[in-house]
Amino acid sequence: MMVEIGHFALALALCVSLAQSCLPLVGASRRNLALMEVGRGAAFASFALVALAFAALINAHVTSDFSVLNVVENGHTDKPLLYKITGVWGNHEGSMILWVFILTLFGAAVAWFGDNLPPELRARVLAVQGMIGTGFLLFILFTSDPFLRQLPAPENGQGLNPVLQDPGLAFHPPFLYLGYVGFSVAFSFAVAALIEGRVDAAWARWVRPWTLAAWCALTIGIAMGSWWAYYTLGWGGWWFWDPVENASLMPWIAGTALVHSSIVVEKRNTLKSWTVLLAIITFSLSLVGTFLVRSGVLTSVHAFAVDPMRGTFILLLLLVAVGGSLTLYAVRAPALRGGGLFAPISREGALVLNNLLLCCAAATVFLGTLYPLFLDAVGGPKVSVGYPFFDRTFAPLMVPLLIALPVGPLLAWKRGDLLAALQRLGAAFAAVVAVILGGLYVTRGGPVLAVLGFALAAWVAAGALVEWSERVRLLRVPLGESWRRARHLPRASYGMTIAHLGMAVTVAGFAGSAFEQERIDAMRPGDTVSVAGFTLEFTGIEQLQGANFTADRGSFILRRGGAIVAEMHPEKRFFPLQQTPTSKTAIHTNLLADFYLALGDPDGKGAWAVRAYWKPLVPWIWMGAVFMALGGLVSLSDRRWRVGAAAPARRGAAVPATAGE
Amino acid sequence: MTRKRRRLYLVLGGVGTLAVVSALVLSAFSDNLVFFYSPSELRDHGVPEGRRVRIGGLVENGSVQREPNGKTIEFRVTDGKMDLQVDYGGVVPDLFREGQGVVIEGALARDGTFHAASVLAKHDENYMPREVADALKKSGHWQGEQAATVKQ
Repeated sequence: MMVEIGHFALALALCVSLAQSCLPLVGASRRNLALMEVGRGAAFASFALVALAFAALINAHVTSDFSVLNVVENGHTDKPLLYKITGVWGNHEGSMILWVFILTLFGAAVAWFGDNLPPELRARVLAVQGMIGTGFLLFILFTSDPFLRQLPAPENGQGLNPVLQDPGLAFHPPFLYLGYVGFSVAFSFAVAALIEGRVDAAWARWVRPWTLAAWCALTIGIAMGSWWAYYTLGWGGWWFWDPVENASLMPWIAGTALVHSSIVVEKRNTLKSWTVLLAIITFSLSLVGTFLVRSGVLTSVHAFAVDPMRGTFILLLLLVAVGGSLTLYAVRAPALRGGGLFAPISREGALVLNNLLLCCAAATVFLGTLYPLFLDAVGGPKVSVGYPFFDRTFAPLMVPLLIALPVGPLLAWKRGDLLAALQRLGAAFAAVVAVILGGLYVTRGGPVLAVLGFALAAWVAAGALVEWSERVRLLRVPLGESWRRARHLPRASYGMTIAHLGMAVTVAGFAGSAFEQERIDAMRPGDTVSVAGFTLEFTGIEQLQGANFTADRGSFILRRGGAIVAEMHPEKRFFPLQQTPTSKTAIHTNLLADFYLALGDPDGKGAWAVRAYWKPLVPWIWMGAVFMALGGLVSLSDRRWRVGAAAPARRGAAVPATAGE
Repeated sequence: MTRKRRRLYLVLGGVGTLAVVSALVLSAFSDNLVFFYSPSELRDHGVPEGRRVRIGGLVENGSVQREPNGKTIEFRVTDGKMDLQVDYGGVVPDLFREGQGVVIEGALARDGTFHAASVLAKHDENYMPREVADALKKSGHWQGEQAATVKQ
């Protein structure tokens, strides 16, 4: 019964979305307030309906209702409750429901928090959200219906792919989708602005928090995926430039650019046309990512069994959304003229450089990801583009970006003084020199690139701190005065400092991986090996029975200088249902370095392949990502998003003594 | 600074960056595009030693030998017509097994063996990389039904 209610709710949501995409548009053009208000009601209603459908599907999975095909294909009674729930989005149909659920959630949030939006703008934004919802609901109902029945119901289900039965991966999709779909709000605002032909500072003030929220979620989502790959795959790689990873990286890069360019629109009322285009591009890349991952053109863990109809449908959806919005842009963008002038050396100029480099970086990732698909589609040779390509294109673009990063916030708006900014960065220069000399000394002239990577991280970190101390006039005014200033700095500026520090931490994590040490050996119980100053003793192996798997669990003692550091228990698991083995690695971390241990295959004569790695600074990669997301959240809590449209008049009074943000 | 001037700077900056990026991409493509071959195609194309390529095929039954150090593994990859001796000094994925499809990336050594730099065998026991399936079809060793559970 619940299943039918869910199915019905989904169909009803389609009707409501259809109304949401038309009526408010008509209302906005006729200035009919009643019609415009339909958008709000429809947004709430479609959210409630999709939530009901989602709940019905979760219920079917939790109660293992095997009369539902989707549950049969992915569920199993032995599965732990957590994976019964997360299994809902561990498959194609369920993940699309999650996608639409988040889309309608954002739509409802715009309706809820959009009190201070002009009614026309709000109506148009909600209408565009309604169109996206309509497209995806059609997709679900016609090609990916999760509520199909299978009668008679089988005894038990086929279970979830074992590699997906992992806490890190369980919550990776919701965060990723919050990011992907969150950019739809920026997209809707962009399209609405094009229809209205008006973009102003207030527009940017509404768009920025949504973009920022989506960006934070996407940052966390990508970090989770990378962390999962790290601890699951058994050799501690954390980024593979796999097309599926690239699919999430592209919107992230474009979104990063958007977060920065919307600052310029908000503060200086310029770069409007570009920002609108960037909002369209960012969400388009989210759609491209969805297409790549869901259409089955890629072979990966994400590509569930595929029906060609789905790929065609998503491609069509992509063409309509991207083609339509870009056409609208071409027609209407010339109307968005105007804005303040600025010299190339200025805060605006620095943010343009940021956008230029980030967009080029996104373009190289796009090329590297899609070129093999393109070549295959036109019948060319089969090729793959691996990490060397990205190392040689992406990295050279990121280096100048990171070098310029500390300088930008020290430049004034309109016309900056580069020399003065560089002089103020004296402390950062000192940090760089210290890191290079110290690094070369400690590593005895070791990997130069890694040392330079550390220097870059130090430059970015010191630069962020310099910028903060400039704002509070540290050591130039009495400390009490600095403290007063520090307390009154806007949250957005703290957000920036934290996010930039996070970037530095991540870069240091990348550089640190050059110093990892590995040891692969066949070990018998009782054997001892030494790795990176640690000794590792293999004390034994036992058989375990898990909920839906069996495991060989190794026991190891990690010592340093005779003292026990940790006991470690890597496992080799076997899921009989799917006949699939997986590894569960053991990681001991002190947040500066990981000791990483994976159990390989037995040789049949009592020895086990054991892989031990010492990975310095690797945890920093994800810590940095958490810092970046945290910076975004702090910035989101800035009071100016809450005071809303009337803020410009009050801004000067609320934030004294900042030379602009 | 006039509007025209600013636009000129923006355009120059944009075009300059684009030129640099195109140069980077083109040079990286020419060196780092990794072609995919089946073992027979590898022989036919006369791929030079040291050139990085990907090979797809099945791990030949009975060919896997692990060195006692737990590290090096040797096996043969076959497409039914031709097979290729491979050695690999790293960690094979959990799903690496005899009779399963694999994709290996690496280069031919002087003695005709293939030094693998990475071995991919992914995600589920029915999974066969699409490239491998296509290569097997081409060599006429595709066993339709048996392998029809391919997930793409």
